[in-house]
Amino acid sequence: MPVIKVEGLSKVFGKNTKQALKLLDEGKSKDEILKQTGSTVGVNRASFEVEAGEIFVLMGLSGSGKSTLVRLVNRLIEPTEGSVFIDGEDLARMDKQGLRKVRREKLSMVFQRFALFPHRTVLENAEFGLEVQNVDKEKRQQKATEALEMVGLGNYINQYPGQLSGGMQQRVGLARALANDPEVLLMDEAFSALDPLIRKDMQDELLDLQESMKKTILFITHDLDEALRIGDRIALMKDGSIVQIGTPEEILVNPANDYVEKFVEDVDRSKVLTAEHIMKRPETVNFEKHGPRVALERMREEGLSSIYVTDGKRNLKGYVTADDASEARKNEIRDINQILKTDVPTVSKDTSMHEIFEIIHDSPVPVAVVEDGKILGIIVRGAVIAALAGEGEVNVENA
Amino acid sequence: MLDFIDKLPIAEIIKSLTVWITDTFSFLFDPIKNQFGDFMEWFGDKLASIPPVIVILIVAIFAFFVSGKKYGLAVFSIIGLWLIYNQGLWEELMLTFALVAISSVLSVVIGVPIGILMSKSKTAESIITPILDFMQTMPAFVYLIPAVAFFSIGMVPGIFASLIFATPPTVRLTNLGIRQVATELVEASEAFGSTGSQKLFKVELPMAKSTIMAGVNQTVMLSLSMVVIASMIGAPGLGREVLSSLQRAQVGTGFVAGIGIVILAIIIDRFTQNLNTQKGK
Repeated sequence: MPVIKVEGLSKVFGKNTKQALKLLDEGKSKDEILKQTGSTVGVNRASFEVEAGEIFVLMGLSGSGKSTLVRLVNRLIEPTEGSVFIDGEDLARMDKQGLRKVRREKLSMVFQRFALFPHRTVLENAEFGLEVQNVDKEKRQQKATEALEMVGLGNYINQYPGQLSGGMQQRVGLARALANDPEVLLMDEAFSALDPLIRKDMQDELLDLQESMKKTILFITHDLDEALRIGDRIALMKDGSIVQIGTPEEILVNPANDYVEKFVEDVDRSKVLTAEHIMKRPETVNFEKHGPRVALERMREEGLSSIYVTDGKRNLKGYVTADDASEARKNEIRDINQILKTDVPTVSKDTSMHEIFEIIHDSPVPVAVVEDGKILGIIVRGAVIAALAGEGEVNVENA
Repeated sequence: MLDFIDKLPIAEIIKSLTVWITDTFSFLFDPIKNQFGDFMEWFGDKLASIPPVIVILIVAIFAFFVSGKKYGLAVFSIIGLWLIYNQGLWEELMLTFALVAISSVLSVVIGVPIGILMSKSKTAESIITPILDFMQTMPAFVYLIPAVAFFSIGMVPGIFASLIFATPPTVRLTNLGIRQVATELVEASEAFGSTGSQKLFKVELPMAKSTIMAGVNQTVMLSLSMVVIASMIGAPGLGREVLSSLQRAQVGTGFVAGIGIVILAIIIDRFTQNLNTQKGK
């Protein structure tokens, strides 16, 4: 069962909500509805599911309704229509008390501008979620301290938020959200107010923490690079509607429409695509069976200047070049081992294009993609360049 | 052309309304007048019975700490209060202070909850705002008339008039302060499952405190100015000195009593302001 399930969720700001919803059903656009009813469509029938332990990124430009959507999920904004299920319970139809209980026990939120209470110390901020549950002081201080230590602020518990840098303040925000050990973290542009270097650190830290916490995270951002970096899946929003949901690769490689395509156009693809996406099926020879003659023959067939050598189980042994093979044939050498070169440039399937770029630059032969000693594929220079240009054939089926 | 109807009997209506209120609520007004009047007198007497030296010292010590361990306010308090003592106005000063203190406390006790109500409800805000405007713009003397009708003369009607005149700033600034709390902070407290009162006491009031205190400071100052006016209906203290000097055209004594009020005003003002900035940092 998904932890968060959002079904047909809409929010219309303004007075004629019913009429606006009707017009939405008729397929009218946001602008038309604004003109006719004076109401603004914030979110238009959004549906998605987030599985336990997943980082689900909602991404879109400002005004796309992503911040409204996340506030509908914990009902800081009342939905006009639709349902939000948290662990199967419909939040949108809950009474105040039930809602408070879910907010206290299951949902925590991290805010864009940190939203720390300036009149409370770092520790008092972190224990806020427990304090409103009336947890006794000793216990909540202990839990808050643990959460602060987790984000590396164990030494700052008696400072005030105003005395900390932006990055540290957001760590406090994160600790506050983690202190009551919620199932779900809602992160509303949590890192957008930080400068780029700090932002990257925080992203790494979030991923590290997630490794051990396995929370279900709904992450809002307008930054595609950030979405691609941390998202297990991404939902792209435009004008209040979700345009596409998919893994980072799916969105990059198969944009659902022009809007998404335009969005992903500027992405630094070298950061997102990995060896897996651009490798080709390798041509190999088996050193147990084949000699230099076969190797040479196969290279000629395929138009290659070198070929990889494996054993019967596709374990990579090395490569031979065409020059060496023809020399060996002349000298009647039968054993391919004598001309085998073992200085193989290898990468794993998760290596980013960035790194491949440097390796392939210095390598006379195609780079081998290896997993547990077995060769999975090879990468030729042309594939790297094509992928960077954003037009090459990219293997999604491998992803 | 404008005389298409006779003069509307507004004054008569107000008058009979006041009479009606006085008669109907006398069961309420009389005990207030008596009990509260007794309490006021007791409080004033107690203040006046403390030896002036001790009062001056206590004020000076407080002034020193409240102003962040600076000597300025403390020295001013000592000289100012001594001057008042020297002019033989000590008892009047204590009575004035008692009036101001009690009417300010009441103003805050009444004003802050009304301000909170206004900040929580648009309807309440749109009803209360014009009432506040009315209370503040109506000449203060006008309140003296019903005050006398309800509570006869003395300290109690003085406090009543001063309440009407001085409460609005506290109400307004409490409302403003709470409405000005950043939405993200309010959202944060809600997102963690605060109840309404947790949100109010843990987030909104602490965040609005310096704005509310600015309102309280204004309220105290207005109470002080009203105390002088209230001397016209028999409220004792420095105001009565000013009034009697006015009636007898005694420039000198009137000026001295006026100086006394100024000194008291400056001390109270600096105290409340410093309390505010100290905690607001």
